[in-house]
Amino acid sequence: MNFDFSDEQKLLQQTARDYLEANSPLTTCREILEGDQPYATDLWKGAAEMGWQGAVVPEQYGGAEFGYLELAMIAFEVGRALAPIPFGPSVYVATEAILRFGSDAQKGAWLPKLADGSAIGTFAFTEKPGQNAVAGIEASVSGGALSGTKLPVADGDVANVAIVAATEGGALGLYVVDLDGAGVTREGLDSFDMSRTQAKLAFDGAAAEKLAGADEAGIAKLLDVAAVLQAFEQVGAAERALEITREFILGRYAFGKPIAANQAIKHRMADLWCKVELARSNAYYAAWALSTDDPELATAAAIARISACEAFEDTTVEMIEFHGGVGYTWEYDCHLFYRRAKLLSSQLGTPKYWKNLLIDRLV
Amino acid sequence: MDFNDTPEEAAFRAEARTWLEANAELRGPDDDAPIMGENLSDENVAAAQAWQKKKADAGWACITWPKEYGGRGATPMENVIWNEEQARFKTPGDIFSIGIGMCGPTVMAHGTPEQQARWIPKLLSGEEVWCQLFSEPSAGSDLAGLRTTAVKDGDEWVVNGQKIWTSGAQICEWGILVVRTDPTVVKHAGLSYFVVNMKSPGIEIRPITQINKAQGFNEVFFTDVRIPDDQRLSEVGNGWSVALTTLMNERQSIGSGMGVGSLEDLVEFAEGIELDGKPAIEDTAVRERIADYVTKARGLKNTSLRTLTALSKGLPPGPEASMGKLVGAVLQQEAASFAMDLAGASGALLDDEVTPDGAAWQERYLSLPGLRIAGGTDEILRNIIAERVMGLPSDARADKGVAFKDIPTGPPQ
Ligand SMILES: Cc1cc2nc3c(=O)[nH]c(=O)nc-3n(C[C@H](O)[C@H](O)[C@H](O)COP(=O)(O)OP(=O)(O)OC[C@H]3O[C@@H](n4cnc5c(N)ncnc54)[C@H](O)[C@@H]3O)c2cc1C
Repeated sequence: MNFDFSDEQKLLQQTARDYLEANSPLTTCREILEGDQPYATDLWKGAAEMGWQGAVVPEQYGGAEFGYLELAMIAFEVGRALAPIPFGPSVYVATEAILRFGSDAQKGAWLPKLADGSAIGTFAFTEKPGQNAVAGIEASVSGGALSGTKLPVADGDVANVAIVAATEGGALGLYVVDLDGAGVTREGLDSFDMSRTQAKLAFDGAAAEKLAGADEAGIAKLLDVAAVLQAFEQVGAAERALEITREFILGRYAFGKPIAANQAIKHRMADLWCKVELARSNAYYAAWALSTDDPELATAAAIARISACEAFEDTTVEMIEFHGGVGYTWEYDCHLFYRRAKLLSSQLGTPKYWKNLLIDRLV
Repeated sequence: MDFNDTPEEAAFRAEARTWLEANAELRGPDDDAPIMGENLSDENVAAAQAWQKKKADAGWACITWPKEYGGRGATPMENVIWNEEQARFKTPGDIFSIGIGMCGPTVMAHGTPEQQARWIPKLLSGEEVWCQLFSEPSAGSDLAGLRTTAVKDGDEWVVNGQKIWTSGAQICEWGILVVRTDPTVVKHAGLSYFVVNMKSPGIEIRPITQINKAQGFNEVFFTDVRIPDDQRLSEVGNGWSVALTTLMNERQSIGSGMGVGSLEDLVEFAEGIELDGKPAIEDTAVRERIADYVTKARGLKNTSLRTLTALSKGLPPGPEASMGKLVGAVLQQEAASFAMDLAGASGALLDDEVTPDGAAWQERYLSLPGLRIAGGTDEILRNIIAERVMGLPSDARADKGVAFKDIPTGPPQ
């Protein structure tokens, strides 16, 4: 047994970190958050040149064909940097769906563009507030034409292609929809984390190509894969938030000593450290299950998802608290993490949803 | 990353399994897991010693110890494999964890070759059981505040004072003992470390009844107990650094086992019990709670696998090991409490005939507070993580730079 990433994988991770430190400091995230640009276009292009978007896409379709463990490491770094790019929905879901379920023609049409970053993909699943449930999906396809509304759709305003969940003759499936085609209306929504945009997509007879094999079980598998990769992003971000918090509490003095010298703070920091480490271990295990397509993936993905959501959110809540007043200002970076934590735990199903799913899978 | 056995590991597993099959009986689904050293009846002690001896004779005792000490120089990974395989068989409760986990490694690190030759083989074979005489009534978390004294008299030391919470003292041959040999210097500097024969004249052992009625630990009184100087480990006044070796091994040996219980048995428990006329597992709140527990338990297990990988690459065990016990003990206590709630009014029964699951959760709920305290309380473990892992400042110490005899021990009168 060997439960660690290889030296080559760690090297790839270091390269990603170096690149992001140089090209995506937190000011980049803030520029997107405060400005009119929907995402950091240069960063997106740079990432594509390094092969990140095509990390698991075969070379035949222009991908780098690294593998899932490598993609997991990249996701970790994307998380650490709070990179304001439409990475997850495009890479973990859209690319993955086409890779997994697409016909040769669908793969040929989309994978090269997704892999080189010239197209952005997304996932259109939920339709209204509340728990996302398969039962609630009203979007439907008839004769290759999709009708219905999806809300919210991550990066829905900038994506070129969406993987849309819809029913046809009562059966749920996934459909590839070219968002630049006819019958698609987009409306930007105010996002809780403005460094990552969201939209409402309305389809009125839009051309929809079915992804064969993406039935309910297939969709569940797709979500498992995406949840594992996103867990790395979340743990990476949580780790960074904890580092920033640590620096701050060591430097801020009150009552004649660093606030970090107070046990009430030290102990909560120790608890957060444990949470992040547990989430990291769970993510690692799930990544292994993903990379070997082990049957354990079903439970491991749920477990990775739950602990990543909680570790990231809890870390950011305390991050603001431990910064005191400045933590509650626009100026300081705490809210960037606080926002991203909630955004990521809302996408792909909330922890509550995954907890129920986990028990289903254990029973 | 690879969770499968390597060819060498698979060969080791097969060898271990073959030996176990020939020497022990497979555990049935209804056989309880052995309880750790709490039921110290003569019969249980004899059974534990016989099993340890059998393993030692065949080269399966203390397998990670170097060959020169009677181990087989097994890798940490092989040790896990051995434990996994052994757990499938009916074996007696473990009364050697302190000796093997803490005393043995300390003697190996700090003892002279003569001391090692005298103690290690019988410790390994289970013939002589060991205990740890560290804590005192006024020195628990603040271990270095201990007051038991040793005064040199010719080739011997004369020990007076009291130890407390000494697990297993009543069945032990030997104990590791930290005492004060100089009260005029700062507290850490005045300590020395000895191995003491528990049958020495002047030692009185009084079992203490725990909240679960077991008598696992004891008070140990020392009245003019004489210890030959050749039973001292390391220099006079260097006792604290030897004690740190013991404590490091303690954290490692307690912490590493915590993630193993997966808490997935809670799922089964909630399937078998009714809540509002339906299996409890169908209730959303129940499902979410259990999912939380399972998630944490798996996190611990996966973390210990990561630690193991690091150990097998030759990295030293670090203070990170404190997490296992900190998170694991609280988690198990909460889970036991939750299971008892699910049992409704029967949750407050300790009757193993009628209480669901043979009152196992109730037993655990009663023993877990002890686990949270033994080997360092939650607060001490959090301090270790905060200070040694995260590099946050140490707590202010009111006794810093003060000679031991001048340190306040209670409110001013
Ligand atoms: C089941 C069991 C078996 C044991 N076996 C052994 C054994 O075999 N050998 C042996 O030597 N000892 C043994 N012990 C003793 C154990 O190591 C001590 O009980 C433990 O270290 C705590 O010390 P204490 O009981 O004096 O509590 P105290 O140190 O008095 O602690 C009381 C409370 O104060 C808190 N506290 C203390 N200092 C601080 C601080 N600096 N910051 C914040 N909070 C603090 C503690 O966390 C705790 O909540 C055993 C204990 C138990 C429960």
